[in-house]
Amino acid sequence: MTMRTMLTNQPKKIGHMKFGLLSPKEVRGLSATKVITADTYDEDGFPIEMGLMDPRLGVIEPGLRCKTCGQKVGDCPGHFGHIDLAMPVIHVGFVRVVRDILRGTCRGCGKLLFTERLREDFEKQLKTYEAEEKDVSILAKRVSKDASNVTVCPHCGREHGTIDVDKPTTFRENGHKLTPSEVREWLEKVPNEDLKLLGLNAEVCRPEWMVLTVLPVPPVTMRPSITLESGERSEDDLTHKLVDVIRINQRLQENRDAGAPQLIVEDLWELLQYHITTYFDNQTAGIPPARHRSGRPLKTISQRLKGKEGRFRSNLSGKRVNFSARTVISPDPNLSINDVGVPIECAQELTVPIRVTPANFQFCADLILRGPEPKFPEGKYVPGVNYVIRPDNRRVKVTDKNADEVAKRLEVGSIVERQLDDGDVVLFNRQPTLHRMSMMAHTVRVMPGKTFRFNLPNCPPYNADFDGDEMNLHVIQGEEARAEAEILMKVQENIRSPRFGGPIIGAIHDHISGNFLMTWKNPKLPLEDATQVLSRVGFKGQMPAILEEKDEHGETRKFVMGRDLFSTLLPPGINLSYKANACPSGMKEKEARLPENDFWVVIEDSKLIQGGIDKTSIASEKGKLLDHIARRYGNQAAREFLDKVTKVGNGFLTLRGFSTSIDDEDLPPEARHEIEERIRATKERVDVLLKQYKKGELQALPGRGVEETLEMEIMRETGQARDAAGETASRSLGMDNSAVLMARCGARGSMLNLSQMAGLVGQQAVRGKRIHRGYQKRTLPHFKWGDLGSDAKGFVAASYKTGLNPTEYFFHSMGGREGLVDTAVRTSRSGYMQRRLINALEDLKVAQDGTVRNTAGTVIQFVYGEDGVDPTRSVGGEPVDFDTIFASVASGKAKAKKGGN
Amino acid sequence: MSEEVPAQASRFNVLNHVNVPLHEVLTDSEAKEVLKRYGITKEQLPKVRSNDPVVQVLQKQAGSDGLAGKIVQITRRSPTAGTAVAYRLIVEAI
Ligand SMILES: [Mg+2]
Ligand SMILES: [Zn+2]
Ligand SMILES: [Zn+2]
Repeated sequence: MTMRTMLTNQPKKIGHMKFGLLSPKEVRGLSATKVITADTYDEDGFPIEMGLMDPRLGVIEPGLRCKTCGQKVGDCPGHFGHIDLAMPVIHVGFVRVVRDILRGTCRGCGKLLFTERLREDFEKQLKTYEAEEKDVSILAKRVSKDASNVTVCPHCGREHGTIDVDKPTTFRENGHKLTPSEVREWLEKVPNEDLKLLGLNAEVCRPEWMVLTVLPVPPVTMRPSITLESGERSEDDLTHKLVDVIRINQRLQENRDAGAPQLIVEDLWELLQYHITTYFDNQTAGIPPARHRSGRPLKTISQRLKGKEGRFRSNLSGKRVNFSARTVISPDPNLSINDVGVPIECAQELTVPIRVTPANFQFCADLILRGPEPKFPEGKYVPGVNYVIRPDNRRVKVTDKNADEVAKRLEVGSIVERQLDDGDVVLFNRQPTLHRMSMMAHTVRVMPGKTFRFNLPNCPPYNADFDGDEMNLHVIQGEEARAEAEILMKVQENIRSPRFGGPIIGAIHDHISGNFLMTWKNPKLPLEDATQVLSRVGFKGQMPAILEEKDEHGETRKFVMGRDLFSTLLPPGINLSYKANACPSGMKEKEARLPENDFWVVIEDSKLIQGGIDKTSIASEKGKLLDHIARRYGNQAAREFLDKVTKVGNGFLTLRGFSTSIDDEDLPPEARHEIEERIRATKERVDVLLKQYKKGELQALPGRGVEETLEMEIMRETGQARDAAGETASRSLGMDNSAVLMARCGARGSMLNLSQMAGLVGQQAVRGKRIHRGYQKRTLPHFKWGDLGSDAKGFVAASYKTGLNPTEYFFHSMGGREGLVDTAVRTSRSGYMQRRLINALEDLKVAQDGTVRNTAGTVIQFVYGEDGVDPTRSVGGEPVDFDTIFASVASGKAKAKKGGN
Repeated sequence: MSEEVPAQASRFNVLNHVNVPLHEVLTDSEAKEVLKRYGITKEQLPKVRSNDPVVQVLQKQAGSDGLAGKIVQITRRSPTAGTAVAYRLIVEAI
C-alpha cells in the first residue's frame, strides 16, 4: 500500500542527489523475489515462479496486474529481484578503485600505509579541500599513490606486496592470485576513517560492496520478451545473460557443496566471473564478448547506455517527434523561395491544432464535417480533420462515419487538429544541421506527388542536391512558435548569412546563364518573347520600352532590349557599378567597359546601363546586386527580386535555348597542335633537368636538396604546361561556346575544368608530390627502375576528351583517391569538433543588457562578439559599407549637378 | 626551471607587448560600480588566475602579492568596435 502511494504520477522536485553503491543488504531489501531458476516460461507459456520472468518482477503483458504492486502495464514500474551468488565475484566497473585501495592499505590490518604524522597531514589537506569545495578526487589520487610506495605497514609491520591487475578482473599480490573472497576479506578490514582519505564515503560506499555476493535482477520491464509472428518467444539480451549467470551459479554451488575438486570449483568460479563481467560490460578489454547463438555480440548494460546509440545520446538528449515528415526532395522552379511543396499524403497526416472559439465555431464544425479524407472540389486540395481533442482532454478520432456526430457535439474550448493547408508555416531541415540556415521556416504548398519540393536558390543554405537527398519537415503547433519562426527563421530572413555577411540564398546555375545571356551585350527580344518572359513573374506595372525596326522583308518588328527587361525587375533608386564575374582577371576597368567586352556592370537609377548580369550580381555568396537590395530594401524586397530574377532567367533561357555537349570541348587543329607542341616541349625540358641531375650539374635551390630542387622544377614545369594548355584552350574557345559561357558567368564549371577536358589533365600528385609510391624504385611495372621521367611519375598529357592511357588512368585514380580520403577524414573530424563546440555553447544567450550569459548568469562576453555587430547585417564582416555610401553620395552630387544645369 | 626563465628585472614586461591589451586593476569603488552596472556578483565575472603573466606584472606594479579578488579592466583594440572593454576577476591559482 505504501508502495502504491509512493508510485503515483505526481511530479516531484529533486531536493538533492547522492551517488553510492548498493550494499548486499540493500539489494535484498529491494528485491521482490529471489531468482533461482534459469528458465523463463513453462510449456504452457506461464512465467515460472522464482524464474527470470517471475510475475513479481513486474508486468509486460497488457491486461495483467503486477503481483507486487497490483498495477497494470504502464503504471507498474517493475521491481528488482536478486540472485544469491555461491561465491563472490569482482564488479568490473570498480576494478581500478579496488586496485588503488589494495595498493594503499595493509592486508593484515586494513589500515592506510601512512604513519600517524603523514596521515594527519593529509587529513588537514582534505579539510582545506572540502572547505574550498575543490575536487577531492585529486587529493585521493595522491593519497593512494603515496601510500602504495610504502613497503612495510607502519601499524602492524606486515610487509606490503605489489598489487597487479590481470586484464579484466584478476588481482595478484606479488604474482600470487587473490581470489575474490580474499579481496573481499581484505577490503572489509579497511576502516571508515581511511576511506575518507581515499575519496570514498563509507556510509554509501563500503569497498567490499565492490565485490558482489548478491546480484540484483532488473525488472522485466527493463528486458521485455518479444513474441515473434511465429508465436515463438524471443528474450532480451539481458535475460539471456542472466540465464547464463544463474546456470553457472547453480553448478558452482552444487560442485562446491558436493566437495568437488578445487580445480573444477575454480574453473566454474572463473566462468561465473566471466558471465557477470560481460553482463555489465560486453566490451571489456581482455575477454571475448559474449555472443548470441547467431554470432551477434550481446547488448548488455553498458552497451545500452554508452555512445551515440546509447540511452543518453539517443533517447534522453534526442527524441523522436510527432508532427514531422521525411521524404525525398526534388526541385520546383515555379515555387517562391519561401515555399515548400508538400505531398497530399503528408499533408493529410500532419495537423495543425485550432482552438475552437465562438468566433470560429462554424468554421471548425464545417472542417470536421469534411472528415479525414475530404473530397476535393474541382480537384483542389482542401484540408480535413484527423482528431478533435475535447475540453476534458479526450482525443476523438474523426472518421468518415462519425464526422457528422463529432461536428454536432463540438464544444467551444475543444481543439480541432486540422490537416495541413496552403500557407501553414513549417520548419524544413536537412542534416547535417551545421548552421542556422539548415533549418528554415517555409510556407506550405500542398501538391500532388510524393516528394518535398523547393526552389533552387535554397540549395546552398541546406547544402542539398537532388540525387536522392531526403529532408525533414516539422509542423509548428503553437501561435507563439509560429510567430517566432516567421520572424526569425523564414527563408527570406535568412537570405543573408552570418557566416560571411552576404547572401547565401541566390540565383544558381541556369538562373545565372539566363540573366547573363539576356543582358550581356544587350540582345533584342521580340515583343512576344518579352511578354512571355514577363508573364512568368505575373508582371504588372510599367512595360519596358518597346522599340521597332524593319526586318529584311520590310515588315515592322516590335522588340524589347534585354537590359530594359531586366531593369523592370529592380526596385527603384539603385545605383551600382562593379566588375562582372565574366571579366578576365587581368582586364582593367576602362577595357572592361568597352562595348565589345561589356564586362562592367553599371546600374543607374535602377536602369541597367551596361554589363552582363552574372554571378557577381545575383548569385549566392557573391551577388552584389542581391546583397544591396537585401540591405537597402529589406528581405521582403530581396525575396521578391530573387523570385522574379530566377523565373525571368529560366524563362529567357527556355525561349532562347541553351545546351552543352561534348563538342564544346573540341579544339581547332591549330590549338590542338599548339598543346601537343607544348607537351612535347615540357617532356623535353623535364628530360634536360633529369640529365643535369644525373650528371650532378643541377644547382640546388637555397635551403633545399638536389632531389627536392629537381622535383620542384619538374612540378613547376608540368604546372606551367597545364596553364599554357588552359590558356590555349580558352583563347580558341569563345563566349559562343556554352561551356565557356557557363564558366565565365559563374553558372557552373570553371576554366580549369574546361582546360582539363579540352587541353590536358596535367600532373597528378599524392601528398603534394608527383606520384612516387608503388613498386620497388618505380611507380608501376610499365616503367624502368629509377625512371624519374614525366610519364613514370604521373604526368597526364591526355585530356579527358581524348581519354587517358592505362598508366595515366591509374595515376589519376591515385590522385583522385587522395581527394576522397581527405573529404572523408575532414567530415568526421569536423563533425566531432562541431559536437564539442555545440555542447559548450548551446545554452549561451544574449541577455537583456546585451551581455552574453550562460545559464548560471556568468558573463561570457560583455558585448556580443565584443563589438555588438550582427554578422548577418555586416557587409562581408565590416560593420559599415563605406564604398556604397561614397558611391551613392557621389552619384547624388552628379545628379544634383545635372539638375542644376 | 628558474634558470631558464629570466627572473625579476631582466624579465620582459608582458604588458609592453603589442599583442597584450591594456590591463588595469580597478579600485574597490570602480569594481563596485562595474558589478552594479551588470547586476552581477564577482563570481559571475570571467576569471584570470593570479599566476597569469599579466597578473604577475600587475601585482609587482601594485607592490602587493595579493590581488586575488580584485577586478582587472581589459581594453582591447578591435577593428570593428574601436575598443572593446572586458572585465576579469583575479582568482588564486590552483
Ligand atoms: Mg546529395
Ligand atoms: Zn509492479
Ligand atoms: Zn598493517
